[in-house]
Amino acid sequence: MSRISEEQVKYVAHLARLSFSEEEIKTFTTQLDEIIGFAEQLNELDTEGIEPTTHVLDMYNVMRDDVVEPSLPREEALKNAPVQEDGQVKVPLIMEAD
Amino acid sequence: MPLFEEGLVRLKKKIHNKEIKASDLVDEAYARIGEVDGKVKAFLTLNEEAARDEARTIDEKGTADDALLLGMPIGIKDNLVTKGLRTTCASQILENYDPIFDATVIEKVKAQKAITIGKLNMDEFAMGSSTENSSMAITHNPWDLERVPGGSSGGSAASVAAGEVLFALGTDTGGSIRQPSAFCGVVGMKPTYGRVSRYGVVAFASSLDQVGTITRTVEDNAFLLETIAGLDPHDSTSADVKVPHYSAALTGDIKGLRVAVPKEYLGEGIDESVKDKIKAAIRQLEALGAVCEEVSLPHSKYAVPTYYILASSEASANLARFDGVRYGVRADSNDLIEMYKKSRSEGFGDEVKRRVMLGTFALSSGYYDAYYKKAQQVRTLIKQDFEKVLENHDIIVGPTTPTTAFKIGEKVDDPLTMYANDLLTIPVNLAGIPAISLPCGLADGLPVGLQMIGRPFGEKTLYRAAHAYEQTAGFKLAPAIKGAND
Repeated sequence: MSRISEEQVKYVAHLARLSFSEEEIKTFTTQLDEIIGFAEQLNELDTEGIEPTTHVLDMYNVMRDDVVEPSLPREEALKNAPVQEDGQVKVPLIMEAD
Repeated sequence: MPLFEEGLVRLKKKIHNKEIKASDLVDEAYARIGEVDGKVKAFLTLNEEAARDEARTIDEKGTADDALLLGMPIGIKDNLVTKGLRTTCASQILENYDPIFDATVIEKVKAQKAITIGKLNMDEFAMGSSTENSSMAITHNPWDLERVPGGSSGGSAASVAAGEVLFALGTDTGGSIRQPSAFCGVVGMKPTYGRVSRYGVVAFASSLDQVGTITRTVEDNAFLLETIAGLDPHDSTSADVKVPHYSAALTGDIKGLRVAVPKEYLGEGIDESVKDKIKAAIRQLEALGAVCEEVSLPHSKYAVPTYYILASSEASANLARFDGVRYGVRADSNDLIEMYKKSRSEGFGDEVKRRVMLGTFALSSGYYDAYYKKAQQVRTLIKQDFEKVLENHDIIVGPTTPTTAFKIGEKVDDPLTMYANDLLTIPVNLAGIPAISLPCGLADGLPVGLQMIGRPFGEKTLYRAAHAYEQTAGFKLAPAIKGAND
């Protein structure tokens, strides 16, 4: 029985902002199905009441005084932006014009 | 004899005594790269002009400088950002990325006057165990050019083994320093999570990633970790724990050291030839006065699936930043979502996509508890296994990898077989503890790695044990690769 369908793979691809050809969807469905099946061996373990580990160190808030420190000059910040205009990054239209 | 074979301490003495110049070391690095890197392909980007300038500055300023790494040639894995020196993570999506700052570890090695020779190949975004997932080049193992150097820090380990640099920095999320170090016959340290700043490390799995050191000798490794470790205001997960003088721990004395040998690490799935070398190394430790005892880490077999769920989930979030807006390569489209999808689909390789997909799936509504939370709970069990054993033992010893270096192309099409290769290194990352891999002989002409695992912030004990073993192991490893002039 397959654990994940091609439809699900397409949906996950959309969430992950990836696009695939039909052929790639087939390959990924098979491979993800195998990997998920492999991960399901964790179900052999009873983890009732076990605290999840999110981080190995004891986490605490790191505070500092709120003082102004030098920030990046605009041209540095934009140095690697592939498309820019008038000192800003440029992206495709995100809202319809009236 | 190549200068790099002498190691940091003697090279620094020679510089101070004016027997050699920093430029001689840099010359040796680029000469060796010229001879062998066409075959090994460890480097993605060279820093030759700047490196020669830095060496000349050191030569001119005189040698009274007591910088810890004065004039020493270092290679840098290409996921550590270097100001003004292209940093690609071996990915097409960052193919043109020119960082505007240095990672903290880079600032630290620069402050101690190491000289950056270039940037080293890796599996794309550190996802892989063979460096075959690089979108830039295939790196070859200097011991046998038909074999992989391991990964993901394959370029780092290969460059040190091939004598192209004195040492290198890598990163280790599930074994990415220790496994290639084992395959290439060099010394690789994955420090305790939080020991070294992650600022300027291109993030893969933030709760597992750690920068570490790849060297020819344990002593060089101790000096290099001493340089890069410590609290960093730029990384709130870096630990406020004093950095010891690791190099001062190398006493050669391990009498009474309590060594645990997990039966799972010498069991099913581990090659006999690897087991033989590890058992011989354990006898060697006993001869040095260590007390070895068999123990059990019962949840070991669940580490690989736990890791792939957790690391992929974290990766799917971390790699969301590659969207073609602020940096990297952008594909053309008039629609924002299409632009994201196209940029990412063209920019990422198959393994990266596979893991982003797996992670997105594991975190998606309806599956979170079954996969992600479950894996976090099993992570707790794996961590507890180590805590129990390390209560009564100083270190844990076993192989670094189940086999020696495999052939290029052998496993690349089968993700699960590739993942299984990391079964002995992954548990350490899940528990956040330190581990070192060091050579313990050859099996069929290929290096075998001995892994020593320690308590949180127990790097000092690991260095002491590793050094004591290394000094008495009675062999010296050097790959057979010959340059044009050999």
